Amino acid sequence: MERPGFLPRQRLDDLLVLLRDSGYRVIGPQLAEGAVVYRDIGAASDLPAGVTVESGPGSMRVIKQDSPRQFAWANGPQALKPRLFKPAESLWQVQRDAQGRLSFARCDETPQAVAVIGVRACDLAALRIHDQHFLESEYRDPYYARRRERLLLVAVNCTDPATTCFCASTGDGPAASGDYDLLLDELEDGFLVTSGSPEGQKLSAALALTPAPDARCEVARAAVERAAAVQTRRLPPGDLFDRLFAHRDHPRWSEVANRCLACGNCTQVCPTCFCSRERDETPLDGASSVHQREWDSCFTEGHSYIHGLVIRAETRQRYRQWLTHKLGSWHRQFGRSGCVGCGRCILWCPVGIDITEEVHVLMQEPVHD
Amino acid sequence: MTERGIPMEAEVVARVDESPTIFSLSLKLVDGDQHDSYRFMPGQFNMLYLYGVGEIPISIVGDPDQPDLLQHTFRTVGRVTRGFARLQPGDRIGLRGPFGRGWPLEAARNRDVLIVTGGLGCAPVVPVINHVLNQRQQHGRVAILQGVKHSDDFIWRGRYEQWDAEPDTQVLLAADVAGPEWRGYRGRVTGLFEKLELDFVNGITMMCGPGPMMTAAGQQLLERGAGPDRIWFSLERNMQCAVGQCGHCQYGEKFVCRDGPVFPYADIQHLFGVRGI
Repeated sequence: MERPGFLPRQRLDDLLVLLRDSGYRVIGPQLAEGAVVYRDIGAASDLPAGVTVESGPGSMRVIKQDSPRQFAWANGPQALKPRLFKPAESLWQVQRDAQGRLSFARCDETPQAVAVIGVRACDLAALRIHDQHFLESEYRDPYYARRRERLLLVAVNCTDPATTCFCASTGDGPAASGDYDLLLDELEDGFLVTSGSPEGQKLSAALALTPAPDARCEVARAAVERAAAVQTRRLPPGDLFDRLFAHRDHPRWSEVANRCLACGNCTQVCPTCFCSRERDETPLDGASSVHQREWDSCFTEGHSYIHGLVIRAETRQRYRQWLTHKLGSWHRQFGRSGCVGCGRCILWCPVGIDITEEVHVLMQEPVHD
Repeated sequence: MTERGIPMEAEVVARVDESPTIFSLSLKLVDGDQHDSYRFMPGQFNMLYLYGVGEIPISIVGDPDQPDLLQHTFRTVGRVTRGFARLQPGDRIGLRGPFGRGWPLEAARNRDVLIVTGGLGCAPVVPVINHVLNQRQQHGRVAILQGVKHSDDFIWRGRYEQWDAEPDTQVLLAADVAGPEWRGYRGRVTGLFEKLELDFVNGITMMCGPGPMMTAAGQQLLERGAGPDRIWFSLERNMQCAVGQCGHCQYGEKFVCRDGPVFPYADIQHLFGVRGI
């Protein structure tokens, strides 16, 4: 394996400039609206230095510390998903002429190349799943595809998991693997830089980094190991389809439904949830209509609506659909679980429902080690 | 791999009012190339788009050997179908399709064929009936069972009479509630099974209709010795993309739009009849 290069913290701007000069719009984490969110980054000083996040079921607090570290937090409410699978977008439009004839045209914008800095292991795992779903199934989604083709990923290994994180148990983190172009390990005074693609190698070479000494590599490795060891939540391994369906009438489904608001927050922050609904938006002149796609949630009434009937009328059935899909059916659709252990559904649930706890109760196993 | 497409323009060339709430539209693709290359298999569906309103999945009625007669039958029940109900010949709509996997035509060859439908579930099987009867000598006995809630809901009397006149073909009708004119059976469609002269063990059944009807009929067929790979259902779910991506049509691990809508019982028996799946 290639020895990582060392990028001193004060040279992080060199990477940003290099990305911009290579034609990328640079997106990265920032502290805004009380959370870590991904937005356009002008300079390294925009990154959330000294920020760490304390989280629990239904709660999150940003804490400022006197530290130069810019990636000492686990994740924000969103990362890659809205970049590729847009919360709302136009798929096609139709013009109607005076004779009532219709002409359809795909909405075809060529997106700008985007580089995202600060991508986590959980989000890379989720990206792989969405690539399978939108690019590698029987039909290819051209809207997702053209953004995916123009995406560069700068991953950062996670050293500060939140208490809601459980990526170690799903096998997706905290060390990043998969389709990154560059991988950073954050140290006190800078970053180890490893390339993961030809594009990443080019960037790495252009930065003209000195090879990182063993001692620094060892510090980075130990930090990631510790990030795995401190996680206390976990999910049982493997395809839970049969076990969950064997408990499909378990009283816990009704119990969790009494707490669940069916708000769909969990599905909106989940990096693997892919449901979308379609609707027309029609300008007032009546001469055209735009067919839109937007994120949907299996917690809505409309999700299972069919000619006058709602198939999953009760919250109990909707929560069961979400959980059995995520941890059961998903294995049969994608060859792996739909959960990457990011813990967002726990943190952003307004009533603090914890997927790991629900699964363990449903399968009648102890919650924590 | 296919790229997800956009609608093609289609013209309404004929309209038939089947009942106060059921109507059929015959469609023709406007573009000559699209019209010539369009093919469908019995049991597949199209996404039909009403200008400014939206798209709905509607199964293709008609004869696959005559693909230029693209017929669709609608029940006026929701926002979009109420809009479609206003269409007249000459009006234009959008059409994406065909989608999904259809009926097991190969598996039905040289076997007895039982068709069981309830309500407007009869629409998705019309093309398979046409296909089987077009190739009458390649199939065994054929039985067609159609049940309706009320005898007034019964449509396509002429079609059923025509099928009934075919050799070795039984047509049996049932109405839960029947008016004085009704000459068919009074009760559930499953009550007709004992009148059938069919080889249930080696024959093949194709079924479409309300969930409780299909659950009860499936159970009866199993009891009569039919194997779970010989009973086929067409399922209905909310569908918006029709290409297995929007997530609405999921039925356990299946995407009904892409993996179905037609499934053998063997593939779905772990979920079949469970409420809220």
